Amino acid sequence: MTTLTVLLALTGVLLLGSSRLSISIRLVAIQGFLLGMTALWGESGFHAAGLSSGLSGMLVKGIVLPWLLLFVLKQSGARREIEPFIGFGASMLIGLLLMGLSAWIAWRMQLVEQGLSPALFTVALDLMLVGLFLIITRRKAITQTLGYLIMENGVYALGVGAGTEFSFLLEIGVLLDVFVGVFLMGIMIFRIDREFEHIDTDRFIELRDTASGKLPVEAGEGVR
Amino acid sequence: MTHILLGIAIILTGGMVALMLGRIPRLASIVAPASVLLGSIASAPPITRTLIDRSSPILTANWPLPLGRFSVGLDPLSAFFLIPILILAPLAALYGASYLNREHDRHRIGAHWLFFNLLVVGMHLLLIARDGIVFLIAWELMAVSSFFLVVFDDRKSDVRDAGWTYLVASHIGAAPLLLFFAFLGSRAGSFDFTGMATVTAALPSGSPIPSLLFIAALIGFGTKAGIIPLHVWLPEAHPAAPSHISAIMSGVMIKTGIYGLIRALMLLDSPSAAVAWTLIGLGIASGIAGVVLALAQHDIKRLLAYHSVENIGIILLGLGVGFLGLSRGNTVLAIAGLSGGLLHVLNHALFKSLLFFGAGAVAQATGLRAMNRLGGLLRRMPWTGFSFIAGAAAISALPPFNGFVSEFLIFFGTAAGSLRGSPSELTLGIAVLGGLGLIGGLAAACFTKCAGLVFLGEPRSSEARHARETSLLMRLPMLILAILCLAIGLGAPFAFRLVSPAVESLTGLNETALAATIEGLPAILGRISGISLALIALAVLLWSLRRRLPARHLESASPTWDCGYAAPTPRMQYTASSFATPLTLLFRSFLGTHIQGKPVEGDFPADASFASHTPDFGRRWIFEPLFRGIDRVLAPIRLLQHGRIHLYILYIAITLVGLLIWKVGMMP
Amino acid sequence: MTPSTMWIGPLCGLLFAPLLPGVINRVKAFFAGRRGQPILQAYHDLFKLVRKGVVYSETSGGVFRFAPYLTLSAVILALFLMPMSGMRAPLSFQGDFLLMVYLLGIARFAMVLAALDTGSSFEGMGASREVQFSALAEPCLLVGLLFLSAHSGRVGLSDILGRITAGSWQDMPAMLALLGSAWFILLLAENARIPVDDPNTHLELTMIHEVMILDTSGPDFGAMLYAAALKLWIFGALLLNLILPLGPPSPWVQIPFFVIGMLSIAVTVGVVESIMARLRLLMVPKLLIGATALVTTALIMKMAVR
Repeated sequence: MTTLTVLLALTGVLLLGSSRLSISIRLVAIQGFLLGMTALWGESGFHAAGLSSGLSGMLVKGIVLPWLLLFVLKQSGARREIEPFIGFGASMLIGLLLMGLSAWIAWRMQLVEQGLSPALFTVALDLMLVGLFLIITRRKAITQTLGYLIMENGVYALGVGAGTEFSFLLEIGVLLDVFVGVFLMGIMIFRIDREFEHIDTDRFIELRDTASGKLPVEAGEGVR
Repeated sequence: MTHILLGIAIILTGGMVALMLGRIPRLASIVAPASVLLGSIASAPPITRTLIDRSSPILTANWPLPLGRFSVGLDPLSAFFLIPILILAPLAALYGASYLNREHDRHRIGAHWLFFNLLVVGMHLLLIARDGIVFLIAWELMAVSSFFLVVFDDRKSDVRDAGWTYLVASHIGAAPLLLFFAFLGSRAGSFDFTGMATVTAALPSGSPIPSLLFIAALIGFGTKAGIIPLHVWLPEAHPAAPSHISAIMSGVMIKTGIYGLIRALMLLDSPSAAVAWTLIGLGIASGIAGVVLALAQHDIKRLLAYHSVENIGIILLGLGVGFLGLSRGNTVLAIAGLSGGLLHVLNHALFKSLLFFGAGAVAQATGLRAMNRLGGLLRRMPWTGFSFIAGAAAISALPPFNGFVSEFLIFFGTAAGSLRGSPSELTLGIAVLGGLGLIGGLAAACFTKCAGLVFLGEPRSSEARHARETSLLMRLPMLILAILCLAIGLGAPFAFRLVSPAVESLTGLNETALAATIEGLPAILGRISGISLALIALAVLLWSLRRRLPARHLESASPTWDCGYAAPTPRMQYTASSFATPLTLLFRSFLGTHIQGKPVEGDFPADASFASHTPDFGRRWIFEPLFRGIDRVLAPIRLLQHGRIHLYILYIAITLVGLLIWKVGMMP
Repeated sequence: MTPSTMWIGPLCGLLFAPLLPGVINRVKAFFAGRRGQPILQAYHDLFKLVRKGVVYSETSGGVFRFAPYLTLSAVILALFLMPMSGMRAPLSFQGDFLLMVYLLGIARFAMVLAALDTGSSFEGMGASREVQFSALAEPCLLVGLLFLSAHSGRVGLSDILGRITAGSWQDMPAMLALLGSAWFILLLAENARIPVDDPNTHLELTMIHEVMILDTSGPDFGAMLYAAALKLWIFGALLLNLILPLGPPSPWVQIPFFVIGMLSIAVTVGVVESIMARLRLLMVPKLLIGATALVTTALIMKMAVR
């Protein structure tokens, strides 16, 4: 259990440091797989109650969604590098800070007395923050999708920590949400790609109304 | 106590006499340093006594002013902070006597010595003040006299600008202090420190006032000490000032900010964990930002100035760790942290002054401060060079020098104090060990750059090629300081004894309280000194063994290997900027370095150039916008300022009449 | 354990350290399909260098001449602070790990200054890279030691490393594995191995450690080579103490195991060098920050698990 949480925390940090889209997607896949295992194992060894939730998690998060994203990546022909607003080294350091913050919050909340696992809570909070951070600081639409996925993984981890009956309902709801989200994002990425020949969300800004009434500058001269 | 006042009187008189002897600069340059030396010797006995028997004499006299009484005293904390002044003021004066003689503007020397002595007097008075008013007067005396010292070379416009920045910064700092003392004084009914100390205890719990007072003290004293982002005056004032002034300002004067902060925390209630964490956070931020900014500098004195920011960060970190231990009842953290922080005050005073003396010697010998044009000076100025390298090793916290001892105490206290492994203690551990480790590594990078590119290799300009060793009077202070740095490193347990009275007075704990938890700190420091000594012995042994090898007879010299290139020139050496570039690139989003120049292009490239400049982020992002804003807001008031004297008199009259009416109207 | 047996470990280090580069070279030769140098080549080199004359650069001065011996002394003292598989180090005291880190710092400081003393642009380049990478590596080492110090409740290197047992690996396999892999990266980076530095390259522009000692020759070069081998031994011992906890001391069993363990670390390094390419220099900081991130993750999660 501890091993799983440590590895989960590690995927969070590595995601912030990875500069390749395909590696990021695989990391998310590993993360999903680990989460499924966490649900399967629970606090004290294998338990049957987590079977459905764990297996579905492993299947959807570990295999289906990453495969879909890899497919989208291949189809869209986007450049494989992630273009960050904040460098990878700095991102990793911030990631560590976020993890420390999560651990601190978990410690302050006195979770052990409420029968919750502080380690899992730390990881859950950390993953949500990491997802948010990725959404904020990366340019590509596909990395933003990844960010949402990671956030959702955090919520899932929280569900696992909170207890199995609760987590099942939560999980079904969130899974559907994300599935639709990824689906939409995939379609959108195709559309953007066809129209603009790139998938930088940074350049959505060219679509806004300009005050002076002039036409937006041509694609390629995004705001810098 | 009277000894110290006598010392102050001697220094003051010396300054006055030097001013009167202004027409005979040579004589003024003898009288003033001599008076500083005499004064320091005169004040030494009570300080040593306080450090030995922890006595706290106090002297109170009537004061012909409405604001309280004139009260001065000595306690272990003041005594400890006086040590660097007693050591450095005479050395800086000695150095200055020789440094200034060569300057072409001899007619300023008299005034210069007056202000120098006033600065020394101001620092003495500040440290022994036991009364808010005396404290503030000393504070202002220090600020104003150092301003005049900074603008010594006032015909250069950049020196005037630097002086202006310094003056403004020190008064921005003084304003919150005024508020701090005025509030405490008015609540207590007297400006006496003992009276003021009772104020916050009387406040209801949960009152925001102590926090506000802490913030005021932090801004006020932090500006003097050079905490990020209030450090803006340091990189301007230090390069502009004559080198002995930089040494005394960076080595000693900024430490009065630290002293003031500790004093203020003692006046407030015992420091809480939040205060301690604030200090730790600011310490790490100052440490990392200071050293990164230093790495990006090309001007040797500017680099040293940013290093003061870094070292102030380390001192704050130590104090923060100590106060955290105090608030948590963690003896190891409290004692090791505070000892480390305070000892670093002394250590930094020693090696930073040494480095500034060295930079001054280089500047005097070559007329240059740009590292990219220096080089190969070790052969030409061996005394300066080896002292500077010793100082560089000391500031990089390498054994056997003193920097390691104080940083070790902070590191060790943190590691040993976080063993219980509660999350906050481990966080502290990560922050301190990770942060201080990074700072240490970057400082080593910075000082190999500084020492290596200035003193080693080939000279990069004709000025550097024709440099000559400086005078004996300038070499002697450097040598003394280098020896002191080594002495503290090799006699670490004694250095710990020097600082422990102050720590005891702050914590109420003595190191016997430690014995229950860990093997005594002096014993550990003894091991460090022993191994440092062993290091020196082993290196010398190996070296002498090597002298017995056949290699001694088969020695030959040839040009440096350059991959077969036929015509090497000194200009092909790695420069200071290229040495630091990988690291500055790593921190580029923080530094915002401007790079200008034409890259090398084509098969037969034409002239190419490269220049980089790193602006100060505190100045650029905080102070400039702030002042622009103030300027905009206050622009309408300029109407009042129009140069007609009779209208000015009208303003005064209106104010006076208004005050009269108000006062009379308030009468019952 | 008698005090005299404590000295066996470091003496083994002094004796066997030059084996490590030999083993690494043999492994690389094996992968490349060559026969390779004799395993004892480093000893031959050292003996030869000690007997040779020395060429000094005209630019260099006293710093260049003295630095190799300061470097070597600092590394030797650091070796005497490093415990060998459960046996205390002879010079150990509380907080000694900080001294060890800074002794290695002195070695580096001296080496960098010596490189700058020659005035060569290549050596300046190497020196610049060396200080950059070591500054980034230092937090990794220190935070890792803090982790073990919090685990053991001790602050002496011998106690810290002596308290790692097979049981600790059962308790927290993931965290110790993170620490181990971070320290392996550190070992490669600090000892100028692939993927950070290529000791075999013939292009000065791409080297770090080798280029810093380009102008060093004769016994001075020997001292530098020996210091490099000892440094590899120190980092290897650190790693080995972590991954191969040998339990309560019984020196005559441990020493052979320990030496064999060190040799297998050398084999691993050789394998890594054979199957990996050198990273672009711009990527190295990321690798080192990544290693620090691994260690810090372990420590934060340790904090969270409690």
